[in-house]
Amino acid sequence: MNHWLVVPIVLPALAATALLIFARNDLSRQRFVGVATVIALLTTSLVLVARAAEGPSSYAIGNWPAPYGIVLVLDRLSAMMLALTSCIALAAIVYGINGWDARGKHFHVLFQFQLVGINGAFLTGDIFNLFVFFEVMLISSYGLMLHGDGAWRLKAGFQYVVLNLVGSSLFLMAVGLIYAATGTLNLAHLAERVKVIDPDDIALLRTGALLLFGVFAIKSAIVPLHWWLPGTYGAASAPVAALFAVLTKVGAYSILRLHTVAFSGDAAGVSTSLGAVLVPASAATLVLGALGVLASRSLLELASYSVIASMGTLLLAGAGLEPRQITAALYYMLHSTLIGAALFLLVDVAATGRGRAGDRLTPARTIPNASMIGPLFLLTAVASVGLPPLSGFIGKLAILDSLRATGMGTLAWIVILASSLLMMAGFARAGITVFWAASNEPASPAGVLPERSATVPTVVVFMLVGLTAALSLASGGGMEMLEATAREMMAPSGYIDAVLSKSVSQVP
Amino acid sequence: MEYLLASAIAILTAVGVYLTLDRRMLPVVVGLSFLSYAVNLFLLAMGRLTVDMAPVLREGVTDYTDPLPQALVLTAIVIAFGMTALTVVLGLRAYLETGSDVADVERSDMVRTFGSAPDNERRSET
Repeated sequence: MNHWLVVPIVLPALAATALLIFARNDLSRQRFVGVATVIALLTTSLVLVARAAEGPSSYAIGNWPAPYGIVLVLDRLSAMMLALTSCIALAAIVYGINGWDARGKHFHVLFQFQLVGINGAFLTGDIFNLFVFFEVMLISSYGLMLHGDGAWRLKAGFQYVVLNLVGSSLFLMAVGLIYAATGTLNLAHLAERVKVIDPDDIALLRTGALLLFGVFAIKSAIVPLHWWLPGTYGAASAPVAALFAVLTKVGAYSILRLHTVAFSGDAAGVSTSLGAVLVPASAATLVLGALGVLASRSLLELASYSVIASMGTLLLAGAGLEPRQITAALYYMLHSTLIGAALFLLVDVAATGRGRAGDRLTPARTIPNASMIGPLFLLTAVASVGLPPLSGFIGKLAILDSLRATGMGTLAWIVILASSLLMMAGFARAGITVFWAASNEPASPAGVLPERSATVPTVVVFMLVGLTAALSLASGGGMEMLEATAREMMAPSGYIDAVLSKSVSQVP
Repeated sequence: MEYLLASAIAILTAVGVYLTLDRRMLPVVVGLSFLSYAVNLFLLAMGRLTVDMAPVLREGVTDYTDPLPQALVLTAIVIAFGMTALTVVLGLRAYLETGSDVADVERSDMVRTFGSAPDNERRSET
């Protein structure tokens, strides 16, 4: 059996437990173990990407056969998401060890548990297990979000917790409905059962499936379930907000995964009903995100709304089930996660230098190292909006091209292009206010930053932007890989065969 | 029995939704507990309602109760219990630190500190 598969879940879980037991009060040891674990995870995920190229494989936990036991499944999509998560995690933890982690207890423990949840959600092949990993992810994200100080953030955290707990209740109801209709919760087994479902049960199944997609829509901040995102991301500390850039993608991943495996080929009419809701909702998300970017009063709001807009773009392409659309959506997913994380870190760097004004979009004094941060902001803005030459442009181009021939082509083109213009205006306004309208008065001594706290963050942001640049440079080979991923997603028989061995799939 | 269970789930959900929509934090926590009770009963009912049957599947046994929903409910109970504890602590700390039980955040309170250094000077400046 391929034991590599379980490493991305077990390794951070062990690291977190060890940190809690052996390094409770030793910050330097915590930092070392944390960074070492994330580097090990990155290596593992690269190994897994290589393995996934040979086709989907599954890992039965405790060696219980598939429909009864819990399985982890590795395919190109999950391997890609694991690698992306490790990259973001590395950037976030390096940013974090520069001082953020000293502002509260257990940053590194929570960080590792967060990775357990995210990696588990990407690997699991079972809906109920997905629920469990969602909870692991959310419990640690509550902890991480409250890391630091400020009493108001307790209330912002409370709102986030309550919203997600209601989402969890709906998730369980959806799981119950699906189980009642099909008698299974294993994704691959579900795909087989859905095809031969009793017509009387179709309504029940479709209700359950759409309820489930509703829960994923909360996670991925789709209009009208987006309102929690600016408050939550604005309250989280910078490295945490950067890691949270992956959390919305877990929602998008779950939508794509269930859409392409469990309800593939429009089984039980789920895809048709979902598409009818998802396309207008993601178009609205994109427009609202772009308007939010334009109307934002602070840099954090700007970053949050640009995340919302990117989720709209992503799911506008991902709602259709054509391989080209999926390819474009996957490329945009990689790009928007990297650039979203970079934007949140950059906002923190810029706002630190502005002293009293913080991240508010009002003219203030010059940032100490504006000659470095200014161009970096320009690059990030260019990538976020989707101007050439960075990966945002290639992603949007691929999405526009893939949507051209579809029925919603005209609408999608208008929405994507108009919202890009709005976002460009929003980013330009922010950049002008922060960097050009700055007064030249010398920074007051109290506000001057210690040098060390400015270099490492800048380098981290630079690395993330560099990754998106690499993504656009290598877009030829990257697109080929993503096309293979999309083809694999569109032909779920490989996934199903990997999970259900022939003898077991005959069992009722 | 179907009617009894269905109306119980309905009432629990209604109470839960009503309380969750409250502005104050304590009713919200209680409402979430009610919602989780409703969900647990709902999950149990999804394995079909049977009375006095053993949860085993064996050759030749035709009457049994489905064991899987029971396992799911057990997991859900544990998670809901942990989450309730978390929300209680969160609500309590927010109440103690801000002196009010209202879940809203005043925009003027949303002061963020940037940068990595736990710099007291900067905090007092803002």
